Amino acid sequence: MPITTVLSPFRAWKFLFQNPVTVRDPLTERPGAPRYRGFHQNDAEKCVGCGTCETICQNGAIDMIDVGLAPKDGDSGLRPRIDYGRCCWCALCVDVCMTGSLSMSNAYTWTDANADAFRFTPGVDKKPWDNDQLGYRRPEGHALHGKDRVEMAELEPEARIGTFDEIVAGYDVARARLEADRCVECGLCVATCPAHMAIPQYIKAVRDGDYERGLALLYETNPFSQVCGRVCTHKCETACAAGHEGDPIAIRWLKRHITDQVPHKDYVRIVGKPKKAAKGEAKTIAVVGAGPAGLTAAYDLARQGHKVVVYEVRKHPGGMPRYGIPEYRLPYDILDADIDVIRAMGVEIKCETRVGSDITMDELKAKNDAVILAIGLHLGRSTRIPGSDHADVRKAVDLLRQVTDEDPVDVPKSLVVIGGGNVAMDIARTMARLQMKAYGEVAVTVTALEDKAHFLADPDEIRECGEEGIDIVDARGPQEVVIDADGRVEGLRTWRVQSIFDAQGRFAPSYDESDERIHPGDMVIEAIGQAAGVDMLGEGLTEALEWNRGRIQVDADGRTSESWLWAIGDCVKGPDVVHAVADGHRAAKSILAAFEGKGDEA
Amino acid sequence: MVQDLSDRSQYPARNRDGTLDVDLTSGKYLKLWQGPNHPGITGNMSVELTVCGDEVVEGKTHVGYLHRGFEKLMERRTFIQCFPIVCRICVPEPDFNEYCYAAAVEELAGVEIPEQAKWIRTLILEMGRFNSLMMYLGGQSGSLGLGVIGQWTTYVRDLMLDRFEELTGARIYHMFILPGGVRDTLPEGFDARMEETLREAERTMKDVWNVMFQNAVFRKRTIGVGYINPALFDDYGVTGPTARGGGVAKDVRRDQPYLAYPDLEFEVNVARDSDIYSRADVRRRDALQSIDLIRQILAKMPRTGPVMAKMPNMLHWKIPRGETYIRGECSRGEYGFYVVTDGSGYPRRVNVRGPSYTHAMALLERLIVNCNIADVAALLVSLHTYPPEIER
Repeated sequence: MPITTVLSPFRAWKFLFQNPVTVRDPLTERPGAPRYRGFHQNDAEKCVGCGTCETICQNGAIDMIDVGLAPKDGDSGLRPRIDYGRCCWCALCVDVCMTGSLSMSNAYTWTDANADAFRFTPGVDKKPWDNDQLGYRRPEGHALHGKDRVEMAELEPEARIGTFDEIVAGYDVARARLEADRCVECGLCVATCPAHMAIPQYIKAVRDGDYERGLALLYETNPFSQVCGRVCTHKCETACAAGHEGDPIAIRWLKRHITDQVPHKDYVRIVGKPKKAAKGEAKTIAVVGAGPAGLTAAYDLARQGHKVVVYEVRKHPGGMPRYGIPEYRLPYDILDADIDVIRAMGVEIKCETRVGSDITMDELKAKNDAVILAIGLHLGRSTRIPGSDHADVRKAVDLLRQVTDEDPVDVPKSLVVIGGGNVAMDIARTMARLQMKAYGEVAVTVTALEDKAHFLADPDEIRECGEEGIDIVDARGPQEVVIDADGRVEGLRTWRVQSIFDAQGRFAPSYDESDERIHPGDMVIEAIGQAAGVDMLGEGLTEALEWNRGRIQVDADGRTSESWLWAIGDCVKGPDVVHAVADGHRAAKSILAAFEGKGDEA
Repeated sequence: MVQDLSDRSQYPARNRDGTLDVDLTSGKYLKLWQGPNHPGITGNMSVELTVCGDEVVEGKTHVGYLHRGFEKLMERRTFIQCFPIVCRICVPEPDFNEYCYAAAVEELAGVEIPEQAKWIRTLILEMGRFNSLMMYLGGQSGSLGLGVIGQWTTYVRDLMLDRFEELTGARIYHMFILPGGVRDTLPEGFDARMEETLREAERTMKDVWNVMFQNAVFRKRTIGVGYINPALFDDYGVTGPTARGGGVAKDVRRDQPYLAYPDLEFEVNVARDSDIYSRADVRRRDALQSIDLIRQILAKMPRTGPVMAKMPNMLHWKIPRGETYIRGECSRGEYGFYVVTDGSGYPRRVNVRGPSYTHAMALLERLIVNCNIADVAALLVSLHTYPPEIER
């Protein structure tokens, strides 16, 4: 063994003359690195309580708890409570957070004698590091789920303007799966959907390619699934957690995709046969109006084995979806397919039967155990401005009905629509198509009270109107229908709107009279809202019922002050198909409870 | 009758069933437990020694003190939920678990990771290797009573943990190598701070050379001690520096290159004698090589482009049916993940192949016979085993 190996270790003596390196840390506070994954921070205002952090946490360290916030659409009111006895600081919760509210501070030292202190709700229980600027943030562009919506093919404006063909093509299987893959199954949508459809579950069915299960799920909560798959106002998508940092899941199109994938002949088998009521237990129910509300109630009651007859004044059942929604948005055969399923449950629909004249309400009351009024809003309201009584001033609902019934419509070369809601868009686009067919060009002006920022119509509708060559003029108040010397409609005179509501929030538009315009047109169409035609009730019943501002007074389940009568759908509530469906379910449940003696005797 | 004392394995006599005929009441033999808590043990495991005088006649390894059942846990976790737990399989060198798991599911799912992510992964693995070797050097010298080396290597390891902290956001369990890539790019100014750390590491490595490897006591007690016959390597699954200390130039980084290793220049470190000193020296050179590789990586790696591949929604990521074995060269030898998927959102089976399992159990039981009690700790440490990884 060479002598150097004996001497060499003595070189360590040099450390005698150096400062020890370990003194630094225990005495001086050492902050974590800027990316350090320390205790969580949560912006409780930004957080929507979707619970995706809880889902991904493999330690079960996160519980969504009630912190006293009221739930609302798109916010469960819950917030994540983190148990640091379980947390492993992996930050997957931060990576997956749908709003970006969750992050981590770089604080890592904290002592407390109480073990329970290490289980708290960041952002709600205040902590010293709440406002730390450093700590782990999700890196830019880093995401654990897809943020962009999968595009759907649709007809180009040039191709669709001349026809009533459906505009959107629907997803193919591959695209639907990609879109369904983005869903994080938080369920905020379920709470928001008026019908509380099992949205995450049927989206999962799309991912799994199990369309029969998907369809069964749809029909558990919505017998108008095909209709809603096309024209639903999709409040669920507004609530969707994915919408905070990307596009919301195309829930409506995925619903449509399921209904598209299952052959219509299989629907009734998948939905299942109605129950058979025990002998003597089957009741009879009359429904007035074959729209979504009435038919949903009829469907539910028929599935329980009761006998339901629906009375419809028009040639075909369907109500507003048939007579109000244009075919390019909702093809009639789709509506028919939904109604076929309802009929297959044993619901009898008597069309072209006018309650009030062909059969009276008193007769219905006498013959049935319960009666449901679901008459919708089919009377167009008028602006009552000078000239609005002219024959060429039409109501949008009447015209749309005429188009559906294929009654001849005199198509003017140019026209003006009054109104800024979806009905105004429907009639404008319908008339534009008829103009295209008749004259090869479009000349439609839409004048709305609201300005563009407060438009009532869906943004998609407004965009598509523009693409189809329809001129939308916002913030215009109609003053007079201009009629020329020969008695023909010449156009609409409008003033610019300054405000629509007064200080108390009442409808009282004020105008800037100096900004006057005449919108030329051979026809003026009013699309400013509808009313219910309640004449059919008869004097006695009208007298007996309680009313609230011109609408029938109902309780939460749609029951009127008359214990045998329920009133549901647009005629009492509105505003759309899926609310009508939800109303139908509620009324059916209330009627069934009444039959079982849980409610007042019917 | 005179017993042949040169072959101690024949002593004591064997029973018919192959067990040793040890009569503890005879006063000739003594049972001695080393571990599960013992400074000469590299973690929570124990060796049940039967000694005759100060010589070991039989050694049995006992593990189970750290069993957490990771492989089974993973079967009940989605693919992304497995990501935070794999690093815990091996505490001192967690990154290999992250890499092997991620690479396995990426291969099965057909995901190609971005170039920059490959380089960052390589960087992390080399940083982890260096840290693991620092722990080893401290442990190896400590097992022979030379405690100061452990203090020095812990210091440089701590500096490297600072670099880990600023890169990954954590010091020990980095949880940075996600399936699909890595979480983030290098932070601003990382290269300069890393260079400072590497220089400090080099200075320390010089001291380690002078005080440990050039130390008469260390040399006396390690040269020729703990010899492993290279003929046993294949039978016992010996890999990594343990095999390279015996002249077998096995290195997964060279033999089956992965990540950015094809673009890096390095020699496989080999020593001849297959004793404790050779193995320690190979590991010392490996640590220096890691320093060099980290420099090469920082010089060559791309600094732009994505670090994560486009991935499906991780919450319900399903991977098609398949099986794969992903291997890498960790500081202790071949590390591998065998993963089976069945088309669902959960791994069907995950099996972790770590060098500790082979080195610390069967091999140790063989080597320990005839060993002096005082050398047991040095022998065990020289196999560089981490009990958490034996048990998974």
